Amino acid sequence: MELIDLLIKIALIVVIFAISLVVAMYSTYAERKIAAFFQDRVGPNRAGPWGILQPLADGGKMFLKEEIIPTNATGFLFIVGPSLAILTACIGSAVIPWGQNLEIGGRVIPLQVTDINVGILYIFGVVSLGVYGIMIGGWASNNKYSLLGAIRAASQNISYEISMGLSIIALLMVTGTLSLGEIAKQQHGFWADGYFSWNVFKQPLGFLLFIVCAFAETNRSPFDLPECETELVGGYHTEYSSMKLGFYLFAEYINMFISSAVMATLYFGGYNFPFMDLIHSPNLVAILGVVALFAKIFLFIFFFMWVRWTIPRFRYDQLMDLGWKTLIPLAIANIVLTGIFMTIFK
Amino acid sequence: MSTFYFIAFLSIFFSILVISAKNPVHSILYLVITFFTFTVHYILLNAQFLAVVNFIVYMGAILVLFLYTLMLINLNKEAEPVKPFMVKISAVFGGGILAVALISSLKSLGVSDPVVLKNPNLGLVKNLGKVLFNEFLLPFEISSVLLLSAMVGAVLLATKEKETKATI
Repeated sequence: MELIDLLIKIALIVVIFAISLVVAMYSTYAERKIAAFFQDRVGPNRAGPWGILQPLADGGKMFLKEEIIPTNATGFLFIVGPSLAILTACIGSAVIPWGQNLEIGGRVIPLQVTDINVGILYIFGVVSLGVYGIMIGGWASNNKYSLLGAIRAASQNISYEISMGLSIIALLMVTGTLSLGEIAKQQHGFWADGYFSWNVFKQPLGFLLFIVCAFAETNRSPFDLPECETELVGGYHTEYSSMKLGFYLFAEYINMFISSAVMATLYFGGYNFPFMDLIHSPNLVAILGVVALFAKIFLFIFFFMWVRWTIPRFRYDQLMDLGWKTLIPLAIANIVLTGIFMTIFK
Repeated sequence: MSTFYFIAFLSIFFSILVISAKNPVHSILYLVITFFTFTVHYILLNAQFLAVVNFIVYMGAILVLFLYTLMLINLNKEAEPVKPFMVKISAVFGGGILAVALISSLKSLGVSDPVVLKNPNLGLVKNLGKVLFNEFLLPFEISSVLLLSAMVGAVLLATKEKETKATI
């Protein structure tokens, strides 16, 4: 690889990393504003105009707070927990195609860090690794509420991973590839060969299953049992303070951003938008594609928040019932139905 | 070449830590790192699919379950049962036999070249699928039946036995 290619890759990685952090930062602000709107309040409005400096103020507060490590905590693992949480949240963005190739001065710049041929499985692996941060942190705190939160997180993640994997299998049968770049390319435009080209119209049930599992995997309400404050004080992060708590909370927002990006790429056409063939400049299409992808991502993030402030939390047995007795049979039925449709129509 | 030896060293180092760690939870976490080094080995062999599957299944599911179970059991010095003398003797005996078997297998050791691949694309999804469904179809199907029967067994064990309760 030439030096300039390497530099471009590094620049791309830094930009994506910065964007995920900024989006996560402003998701906290959006969350509070949306919650305020839903509850007929004003929301944060003191720091800067309309309160837009609120995330910075929160971040500063987190950094400057006193750092407390409980006496009975397992010191090293207590620090590893939040670090792992934020690490696994950040590495998911590596395989997401953010746009079509840009062409500047004869040089083709792919807007995807790496297009490995098992992209979906990579995302899946990162998601399954995410539970370690919570489990290690919860266990190392040496607090019964933290431990209960950690154990809830573990069993919840494992249960919902199964139906998530099964819903992806049905999608793979339709697309025939595991590479995210390839899947995004297949959903070109909006209408192709007499049918919608986006996967959500080919896999409506699969998408529904996937989004429910995404809520569960990111520990968002109504599946936020691991940090259920009515039962477990603060759940797995009860003992945490200052930036280590900040990392846990931040990891949740980054996860939300990444899973929104994955859902947009897998089911909602990724960077594709209707009538993209009418624009002839490829660079303009690429840039508009990035804008379209981000619009979809923000819609999904809004949806995450909308659900959080609308639907009450599940009880734990209801959560397990939903995962094992409803979602898994539905996912298997979806695979069978997809197979039948594919043999009939192809 | 040097990458392979470095990763191999890490694998062995962390596997030794797994059995020497005092705290069972630490030992599981070392096992997680050991499996991660295996994933790196697969990537070095250009077997991306196997690498990711190893990552998801072993690190992401099985070891999470291990950790989950260990966190539920309160393992500490006071709760540890004192093992009878005979058990210790038989453990030493069993371990000795295993050591003899391993050492005797050193005799048939041939020097392999782990870094040069005979078929570099074998680990990619497409080729792996073809190999599994052509050459190794029977073992593949048999192992899937085995997994299914294990699953049915687990469900059977988990269901409540209503009839026996009624008789008591």
